[in-house]
Amino acid sequence: MKNVLFVAVVVLLLGAGAYAALFIAPTDAKQGLIYRILFLHVASAWTGLTAFFISFIANVLYVWRRQPKWDWLGVSAAETGLVFTTVVLVTGPIWAHPVWGIWWTWDARLTSTFVLWLLYISYLLLRTLIEEPDRRALLSALFGIFAFVDVPLVFGSIRWWRTQHPQPIIMGEPGSGLDPLMYKVLFFMWFAMLALMALLLRQRYLLEAMRGDVETMRRQWEVA
Amino acid sequence: MKNLDSLFAAYMIGWGIFFVFYLTVARRTAALREEIERLKNSHNRGK
Repeated sequence: MKNVLFVAVVVLLLGAGAYAALFIAPTDAKQGLIYRILFLHVASAWTGLTAFFISFIANVLYVWRRQPKWDWLGVSAAETGLVFTTVVLVTGPIWAHPVWGIWWTWDARLTSTFVLWLLYISYLLLRTLIEEPDRRALLSALFGIFAFVDVPLVFGSIRWWRTQHPQPIIMGEPGSGLDPLMYKVLFFMWFAMLALMALLLRQRYLLEAMRGDVETMRRQWEVA
Repeated sequence: MKNLDSLFAAYMIGWGIFFVFYLTVARRTAALREEIERLKNSHNRGK
């Protein structure tokens, strides 16, 4: 019952966010309607980076404490972050094509985001290659800590280098930014996306915890 | 209404990706629950 309520709240938040993004936020004078992808694209990017940060903290805690729950959280947050980053990598080119005239360019922001995506795919693949649970958890936690190094690069790429990608809309240069109503809609959408991340992360964590239980049961029965 | 189709496509694909992920997690969870039941039954029969 609690889960149904949680899903309902997330769906309502996302519905309200999409309505605000498509109908309440003012139309951009230069780009017209297409800029409204920003609310999905940027909110997904911020949420994906939040999930990778959770994964990073969980990986550090696993290396320190060696408790399975941190391994479960690490992989769950990594997979959830990967889903949000996939949305970023798909919606970006759909937005770029009408505005830039190209689907993709290898600039610092796009490349570092794509590398981030590949790093977390590698993290998940690594886990499928190691059968022994403790060894798998430790090696993937170490790899997850290494993968997170790319996150500050993604954040800084549009600040440190001249890129095709637009300049930052928060913490950018003077004069950069959005209309106040656009900010409100963007932050609401981010809140809705964080709620979605919490839902997906919770479901994924429960799955990983069940897998851990199955592995423990199998080991106990093998010994018996 | 220029680029309405691209805007529509971006939102549909975006929500679609989240929905498909949610479904795959639900399916994997259901499959694992079945496996746990199967393991418990085979273990009880072996006792």
